[in-house]
Amino acid sequence: MRRRGRAGRIARHVLLACTAAFALAPFVWMISLSIKPPQEIFQADFHLWPTQFYGFENYRIAFTAAPMFTFLLNGLMVCAAIFTLQLLVCVPCAYALAKLRFHGRDTLFAAVLVGLLVPPQALAIPHFVLLYVFGLLDTYAALILPWAISAFGIFLLRQFFRAIPDDVIHAARLDGLGEFEIIWRIMVPMSAPALAAFGIFSVVAHWNDLFWPLIAVRSADISTPALGILLFRDDEAGQFLGPLMAGAAIIVAPLLLAFLIAQRRFIDGLAVTTMK
Amino acid sequence: MADIELHAIEKRYGDTRVVNGVSLTIRDGEFLTLVGPSGCGKSTLLRIIAGLEAQDGGEVRVGGTCVDDRRPKERDVAMVFQSYALYPHLSVFDNIALPLRTRRLSFAERLPLVGRAFPRRRGIERAIRAEVEQAAAMLDVAHLLHRKPGQLSGGQRQRVALGRAMVRHPAVFLMDEPLSNLDAKLRVQMRAEITALHRRLGVTFIYVTHDQAEAMTMSDRVAVMMGGELLQVAPPEALYRDPQDLRVAEMIGSPKINVVSRAHWAALGGAEPGGLHAETTQLAFRPEDAAIAGPGAGTLGGSVASTENLGSDIFLNVTLTHGAGAIVVRTHPDAPRARAGDPVCVRVEHARLMQFDSQGRRRAALARVAA
Ligand SMILES: Nc1ncnc2c1ncn2[C@@H]1O[C@H](COP(=O)(O)OP(=O)(O)O)[C@@H](O)[C@H]1O
Ligand SMILES: [Mg+2]
Repeated sequence: MRRRGRAGRIARHVLLACTAAFALAPFVWMISLSIKPPQEIFQADFHLWPTQFYGFENYRIAFTAAPMFTFLLNGLMVCAAIFTLQLLVCVPCAYALAKLRFHGRDTLFAAVLVGLLVPPQALAIPHFVLLYVFGLLDTYAALILPWAISAFGIFLLRQFFRAIPDDVIHAARLDGLGEFEIIWRIMVPMSAPALAAFGIFSVVAHWNDLFWPLIAVRSADISTPALGILLFRDDEAGQFLGPLMAGAAIIVAPLLLAFLIAQRRFIDGLAVTTMK
Repeated sequence: MADIELHAIEKRYGDTRVVNGVSLTIRDGEFLTLVGPSGCGKSTLLRIIAGLEAQDGGEVRVGGTCVDDRRPKERDVAMVFQSYALYPHLSVFDNIALPLRTRRLSFAERLPLVGRAFPRRRGIERAIRAEVEQAAAMLDVAHLLHRKPGQLSGGQRQRVALGRAMVRHPAVFLMDEPLSNLDAKLRVQMRAEITALHRRLGVTFIYVTHDQAEAMTMSDRVAVMMGGELLQVAPPEALYRDPQDLRVAEMIGSPKINVVSRAHWAALGGAEPGGLHAETTQLAFRPEDAAIAGPGAGTLGGSVASTENLGSDIFLNVTLTHGAGAIVVRTHPDAPRARAGDPVCVRVEHARLMQFDSQGRRRAALARVAA
């Protein structure tokens, strides 16, 4: 019994390790390229660590050839604004759909589900036209506003809110809290893990998004990181492959860092709500 | 405060009638228990009284004034829930303090950071702290104030929930099966504590339970509910001794009341007590109103199926002849022991025999009416 258990465990770990290696390989390769000199990048024999360490130069070029800090700052601002707006819309909507009784609630929820099925690319043209009409193209608003309402966020939070017992809300009403106070004093803290999960989805999606910024924005000074990195590609790619990879590494770094720091908190958050 | 009057309350969920024309007056300071099987609409009725749910018909009046358009927080009621419904992310202190804060601090003063700027808030917070600590001490949870509800045992959570309800001195306490998640021993202890709390506070308690023992031991009056209707409202002794409905008789008392149909009663040779009502179809008697007797006229014949010795009493489960079913007889431990399989005769005290008609309604014995 025990032996079989151990063999199974080893097999599981090998399988997981293979999958992880497969997922990480391009990433490792990117880091490796970002510290190699140009001539070494195109050598036939491949090694992970360069014979001549060129990282310093590549990263210097990445930071100086394009306004990398501006991109990062733009990315931060745009993602923060999108997530804030999404919360302002999603949380009350999800609360109403999960916990209030009113006519047409089920129809509205069905509409949210339909919204979930519509790919964002399908809405690109209507959004573009709308922004054009309001004269908002090539502004921060163009990057932010189309994402302010997230059907996914409403759906996710609504499911989570439904799991919170009605008794807690009844207790809060008897304790004298108004509906909005119930939302932000009771529902929001009690669903912190769901909000965190939604935050991860939202921030990752919009930090990495290239499709929409490419359509909505042209000026470099409001470019997000993913768009900004294209500036490298415009030059002769051969010469700039090292700095390009360095740039790519720079724009992933903040996300990685944020998750490494927040990891513990997410797990703690999950543990808190499972306690009754 | 004043009396609470429920006037023909109705509530439907979709097509199902959950509360069906309930009228009831709860006197100021009374301990009234709503007892009934699970799903009979007790919690729904409680939520209607609290204003958490709107009824489809009828009126709730407090002191003669209709309160239907008052929000829960304006009704001066507090509720203790079966699931306790504590806020898991707040400490015990903050859980108990919340109802005071929402009432005494203005919206702006309650805001997380901005609130601190108000000079008035310091003094109010100090008063709140004192009151919370006092309530916590009274309920023996003063040492737990900094903990989260998740770190407490069931009994402790129960006390915190009580503390949150009583800290703001409501005129009415509503309790929805507050003890049903506790173990048997703690339940008996908390029963006593809740009745003591009622005596000390002197306010109205409306207590919901499906446990007839809780209803019988704690209340001034018991309202028996079934299928969304009130069957009978009476003090516990009256409910036990003088049930007006067979379902009430069967729900109250443990072991259950014995029921024998009139036809079987006659076949068994049970004495016709002075005047059975014409409509009577069923006869019922409590286990303690029957006794083992020697064979003779007017006794019910049967055999002992099993015995249960509780120390103070021994209950005999007797299977009656003629397929008349089984009954329970309470005997004294000093009485001659019967063993399983023994044939016995059971004599029923006629004065205690209750008669019910085919609808389960109580029928008065003709002799007693005449007397
Ligand atoms: N929000 C609701 N929606 C639909 N049906 C409900 C709702 N709340 C309660 N019910 C139904 O009403 C009936 C009575 O419920 P409840 O008052 O909780 O009973 P009790 O507290 O006596 O066990 C049950 O059959 C229950 O399924
Ligand atoms: Mg209930």
